Amino acid sequence: MAADESYPEELRYHREHDWVRMEDGEAVFGITWYAQDALGEVVYFEPPAVGARVEADGSYGSLESVKAVSDVIAPLSGTVTAVNDAVTETPELVNDDPYGQGWLIRVALDDVASVDSLLDVAAYQALL
Amino acid sequence: MSPAPRRTPLYERHLELTARMVDFAGWEMPVYYVGINEEHRAVRARAGVFDTSHMGQLEISGNGSTNLLRRALANDVDRIEPGGAQYTFLLNEKGGIVDDLIVYRMEGNRWLLIVNASNVDVDREHLAGLAARGTAVRDRSDEYAMIALQGPLAFDLLTGLWPKRGAAPDAMRPFSWVEQTIAKVPCIVARTGYTGEPGVELLCPAERAPELWDAILAQREHGVVPCGLGARDTLRLEMGFPLHGQDIDAKTTPIEAGLDRFVAPGREFTGSKVIERQLAKGVKRRLVGLRVVDRAIPREGYPILADGEKVGTVTSGTLSPSLDEGIGLGYVPPALAETGTIVQVEIRGRPRDAEVVPTPFYVKQES
Repeated sequence: MAADESYPEELRYHREHDWVRMEDGEAVFGITWYAQDALGEVVYFEPPAVGARVEADGSYGSLESVKAVSDVIAPLSGTVTAVNDAVTETPELVNDDPYGQGWLIRVALDDVASVDSLLDVAAYQALL
Repeated sequence: MSPAPRRTPLYERHLELTARMVDFAGWEMPVYYVGINEEHRAVRARAGVFDTSHMGQLEISGNGSTNLLRRALANDVDRIEPGGAQYTFLLNEKGGIVDDLIVYRMEGNRWLLIVNASNVDVDREHLAGLAARGTAVRDRSDEYAMIALQGPLAFDLLTGLWPKRGAAPDAMRPFSWVEQTIAKVPCIVARTGYTGEPGVELLCPAERAPELWDAILAQREHGVVPCGLGARDTLRLEMGFPLHGQDIDAKTTPIEAGLDRFVAPGREFTGSKVIERQLAKGVKRRLVGLRVVDRAIPREGYPILADGEKVGTVTSGTLSPSLDEGIGLGYVPPALAETGTIVQVEIRGRPRDAEVVPTPFYVKQES
């Protein structure tokens, strides 16, 4: 069942409706509640390869609902260190738990300080 | 600026059910209420109800009405018994499909055409252009609402709303219709649909549609759920039913689309010369079913490749909720149209193997 609308305080956000969580010096990327709601029931995740480069504001993969395809935008630049295989197997995790089990990729950032350039929750919610 | 989208008589009901609304063919319509997959599965397993009031209704009447339809439609209206209906096409001179529609034979000289929402005006003008004096072509779309009730439990549900007299609804033959009062609302009940499941399409006076909708949804014990255009699209695609404006249009013919059985040759009708020639000499492309490997999803507009060359285009695609695999329709040269042929669909730059398969994609397992 789809999650209730929420935007956790501890995350940083990108205007294309992506979030970043710092864990052990690496960044975890995912999409926000707003993005998964707009997309509808996610049925397919095409991830990047581990080791691939992702560039800030560029597409790193795609999510598909029954009706639509959406590029997923990297909030920051870096190198992919892990892909969430659980989402590849069970794409609706993105709807069920967008900030938890529905994370998409883990990235070693080029510049850890770049996370400070992202929006905080108040600035992101002001865009919605 | 496009004009504001139109609303069906059930618009308020959709809002109350918190539907996700989209603009479709100039209409503000529900794409889903809860989720496309869930609604899709409800129709395959139980029953679903759809607002299809955006569809158009054209009435043809007068002494010349039957003659007009003999000349204008690709299927043979003389095969329709009173109380019957038929799937057919309005073609242009080149055999291209102006619209696909269902024609109902009413009493006397009267016929009712159920046409696609975006084609109402084009169809009316096309038919009026062919009509002799004394034959009237009237757009009655605003007077009618239309509700589709589809699924294995559709007839059980309908029986509960059906008056005691008269034949039971499940005795109706496919493509027959009757006038019947359902939940006190006068309806034309047609045993037709766009999902591949048993069911009916109900035409009723526009202002009575909310009563009828409520009465159907009140039959909770049958597990009926409201369904949006999203599930309508995945259901029809699993059956390989074409969608006008996407899989078929004024530049494709019924023969190219593999719809030969709905065309009655050996008669003169608009486009018949091209149809006869294609039946005799073949076509340059055919609409086929494609099944893509690896759960990748083909989409409208994606190129179809063979030996690295583009040979066609996907016209509709989705992840099939029933089969859990990517399915689509697309045009390929006849040499590649045989079942079992492997082609590729280019999905965002990556060629993915796809097998040409017969339609329907989905065939119900008999229990």
